[in-house]
Amino acid sequence: MINWAEHLPALQVVVPMLCAPLVVLLHPRGFAWAAATLASLFAFVISISLAAGLLRGQTYQYNMGSWAPPFGIELRVDAFSALMLLIVTGASTITLFAARQSIDQQIEEERQPLFYAAWLLALSGLVGILVAADAFNIFVFMEIAALSSYVLVAGGPDKRALPAVFKYLIMGTIGATFYLIGIGMIYLMTGTLNLADMELKIHEVADQKPVLAAAGFITIGLALKAAVFPLHIWLPNAYTYAPHMVTAFLAACSTKVSLYVLLRLDFFVFQANLSEHDIQFSYFLMPLAVLAMLVASVSAMFEQNLKRMFAYSSVAQVGYIMLGASLVNQAGLTASIIHMFNHALAKGALFLVVASLAMRFSRLRLCDISGAGRQMPWTMAAFVVAGLSLIGVPGTAGFISKWYFISAVLSEGAIGVALAIIIVASSLMAVVYVWRVVETAYFGVPQVGAIKISEAPFSIIIVIWIAALANVYFGLVTDVPVMLGTMATEALMGHLR
Amino acid sequence: MNAGDTILTAVALPLAGAVAIAFAGRINKNLREGVTLVTAAALAWTVASLVPLIYAGARPAISITEVVPGIELAFKVEPLGMLFACLASGLWIINSIYSIGYMRGNAEQNQTRFYTCFAIALAATMGIAFSANLFTLFIFYEVLTLSTYPLVAHKGDEKTVRSARVYLGILLTTSIGLLLPAIVWTYIVAGSGDFTPGGILAGKLEGPAVGLLLGLFVFGVGKAAIMPVHRWLPAAMVAPTPVSALLHAVAVVKAGVFTVTKVIIYVFGIDFLFAEPSSSWLVYVTAFTIIAASIVALRQSNLKRLLAYSTIAQLSYVVMSAAVLKPFAEIGAMTHMVAHAFGKITLFFAAGAIYTAAKKTEIHQLHGIGRRMPWTMAAFTIGALSMIGVPPTGGFVSKWFILAGAFQAENYLVLATIILSTVLNAAYFLPIIFMVWFAREKSSPDINHGEAPLAMVLALTITAGLTIGFFFFNGPVLELVGPIVGMKP
Amino acid sequence: MELLGLYHYWVFAVLLMIGFYAVMAKLNLIKKLIGLSMFQAAVFLLYITMSKVDGGTAPIIQNGAENQLFSNPLPQVLILTAIVVGISTTALGLGIVVRIKEEYGSIEEHEILEVDRQ
Repeated sequence: MINWAEHLPALQVVVPMLCAPLVVLLHPRGFAWAAATLASLFAFVISISLAAGLLRGQTYQYNMGSWAPPFGIELRVDAFSALMLLIVTGASTITLFAARQSIDQQIEEERQPLFYAAWLLALSGLVGILVAADAFNIFVFMEIAALSSYVLVAGGPDKRALPAVFKYLIMGTIGATFYLIGIGMIYLMTGTLNLADMELKIHEVADQKPVLAAAGFITIGLALKAAVFPLHIWLPNAYTYAPHMVTAFLAACSTKVSLYVLLRLDFFVFQANLSEHDIQFSYFLMPLAVLAMLVASVSAMFEQNLKRMFAYSSVAQVGYIMLGASLVNQAGLTASIIHMFNHALAKGALFLVVASLAMRFSRLRLCDISGAGRQMPWTMAAFVVAGLSLIGVPGTAGFISKWYFISAVLSEGAIGVALAIIIVASSLMAVVYVWRVVETAYFGVPQVGAIKISEAPFSIIIVIWIAALANVYFGLVTDVPVMLGTMATEALMGHLR
Repeated sequence: MNAGDTILTAVALPLAGAVAIAFAGRINKNLREGVTLVTAAALAWTVASLVPLIYAGARPAISITEVVPGIELAFKVEPLGMLFACLASGLWIINSIYSIGYMRGNAEQNQTRFYTCFAIALAATMGIAFSANLFTLFIFYEVLTLSTYPLVAHKGDEKTVRSARVYLGILLTTSIGLLLPAIVWTYIVAGSGDFTPGGILAGKLEGPAVGLLLGLFVFGVGKAAIMPVHRWLPAAMVAPTPVSALLHAVAVVKAGVFTVTKVIIYVFGIDFLFAEPSSSWLVYVTAFTIIAASIVALRQSNLKRLLAYSTIAQLSYVVMSAAVLKPFAEIGAMTHMVAHAFGKITLFFAAGAIYTAAKKTEIHQLHGIGRRMPWTMAAFTIGALSMIGVPPTGGFVSKWFILAGAFQAENYLVLATIILSTVLNAAYFLPIIFMVWFAREKSSPDINHGEAPLAMVLALTITAGLTIGFFFFNGPVLELVGPIVGMKP
Repeated sequence: MELLGLYHYWVFAVLLMIGFYAVMAKLNLIKKLIGLSMFQAAVFLLYITMSKVDGGTAPIIQNGAENQLFSNPLPQVLILTAIVVGISTTALGLGIVVRIKEEYGSIEEHEILEVDRQ
């Protein structure tokens, strides 16, 4: 009798991966979509049960093939992984539920099974990164996810997606290769790739040049993948020209998974073992985070295309997350981790709304959606809710993150005050670019000669509203993200004492 | 039901009403107005049922959920909040009656959206009035800003949308940029944001930091319209008059000065703030606002803009007397909230009545209109006299207490400001009063008009009556707020 | 400092930078991909050099032989995986280049940007 419960961490990766080739074979209409959605839902249910178990105090450690670490491959799910798993599988499932009509509109029927197969591979890759407990498997899954994402992004009808994907491919591969160099150097020095083992062994060789070089390579490589300013240039075009549902999925989770790896490697392995690393980390990343928040928000304010505007907004939000992490204290790190969750909710909902608008409007510039508030009332109302969450209005998930961030920086003295001003300034810029859309949609005049626009299909509206209301729910009932975030911070920072 | 549930009902009732109004609006407009009035009446009744408890010294409270560890969404009723809630809920009924007359008299579009947002704004106001800590207050403060935006932008034309953008921009900038950091700072320093008699900052903060925090609060509460964050008030005059009445008398500005007063009394503490010299700048800033706003009002030709600047000055009366930090002055601040509400709502109702009946908006067009619209202009006169502070209007009562408080603190700047601004108020109101009653009408009026629609006249007669009534029957209010500063009236 | 003794690391570094330069400086998309492959190949070299043990032989246990010294098999296995990843990436990249040629008529970066600008 197999005890399925034991194998949950592995099943989460394996099931979508095995379903992918099966999905390719499903040619009848809608079957591919249904199979993909089911596989994704399965992974989501598993991640919920893992998170619930963690909150009850259970720990999850899984040895592939029952080989013991550090020689065997280990899968480990802790609070940080669990929170990220919820985000990734949740984003995938919710987006897939809404995706059918949008994908029908953008991708030819014969290619859809291939498209959904790529989606499942991307999902299994992202999930694999989150459960892997050794550095090389992280690399492998990272590349699985990356290659599938390239396919997904290039899948749409817009030919401009192709140069965008090419740039994404080049930069992503360079990032992954830098990461590979980094862990190679660590292997050279410590002889192990298992994260927990690495953490112990690195004490003996701390502060030697290869380890420092490795830390540098890993940080830069993951920063490329995570779109940390100024290595973010692949992101705006990739998000803009991808199929709309793909943007919703990737915006919610792909860069965050790379940030997860960065934070885990940095705090788990490097911080405690390299003297002054925390200062170097701070000094290096804090200015980049601040620049991201300011420059990207300004770019968003001047952007006319809705998707590119929110893509820049995502770069700014990555800046927020790096800002919290670069404070290298409990409060800052908790704020960052909670923000990963809340931003996924807000940005996912926003891009779902954009996808819904795209179902009816042929182009997505501001002037094109003028008057959409009256023609697509449910869609735009959800936009307002999700937009308020992005701004950080109280009662929404975004406010909780903002509260945590401001609390974290205000405890840091003079530089904290400057950081608080920057956080506030970029929030106000978010008000500007979100409110521009609201004003144009509700008070603008519809384009001359526009065909009669009706509301989006019911299935999409339902999902958009679930996402929008989730923003409000998690803005008031914050137990799950806050508890998981706090547990995650304790695990990561525990090594600093 | 117990007191805690009553509080929840008070906040939830207008929200439920908003939903009901939205549905009723699709069926029948009379049904919709009926739902509004019923909801408003029910709210007033609910709020009134809490009053005896407060008189008895009880402070009912209820906690809903812990949003962030250590920070709750909670409500607690104390005398100042009770006063504000009664004021807002009572005036909502009258404002609804007036709105019905105005909206129908002017055949306005989007009436359902109007009434729905009104109800949501009232729910937010109840939330502000009953909030137990800074966090809860901030949440409902922002909801109020957002729910009044569609009201301000009601007309939907380009000029209105631009002005509404100024409204939203200033309020959100001040609240996110100044008020939120101030609240977070308070939580960090004091460990909590709960409103406590005597304040929570004593001993935790000293020196210039106190003045700085006070500044963040005062300018962060943009709704109190202290200069230089006052620009949103004149900009919001593009809204229909019932909205202006709501903004200026019932909810928005009152929420602003309520928040500032509550922060001074329950977060800083009167005695703590009095002992800290770094907070004395507030009196100067508010005094400046009063004089500057009054002078600008003198030069206005549009009636609503004149009333807007008058409001800015009157709001700073409240904050200035709260900043005097003596018991009489605090009573003066709180009673002025009431007196100004009654007086200003009357003035705005009259302005809207003039617009509805005669389509006139500029002051120079109002020669002799008193003879055509006697009820309206009589109410206007009473409201204006209350602004100046002439007995037997309510404005006199609050001015009395403010002056007494200024004497108590030996603050001659405050005394001088009050006297000078009274003179200025007279300077811009008395000529209007004279002109509307005694001047001759200029040639033939464009419209041969009479009084405004009945609903509007009814509303403004009631509020004018309240203005005079407050002069005679202010005992209950004094009994309510006296205990806050330890006084038995 | 035994500069010459570390020649394998020098090869790695030089090859890495040649590949990186090609990726950044060349305008032809195929040349960029070639550069990327060289970049990745350099990393493969790094791993393989790290697995070689002086005097070590291939890591296959032979029955009966004593005191065998093996090269480390783990990096060799790792690098097989990485090579597969590299091949997939290159294949995907080339597929994208084919599609770009179909849509844009050119595989020079500046010409593609020209087309998009119009």
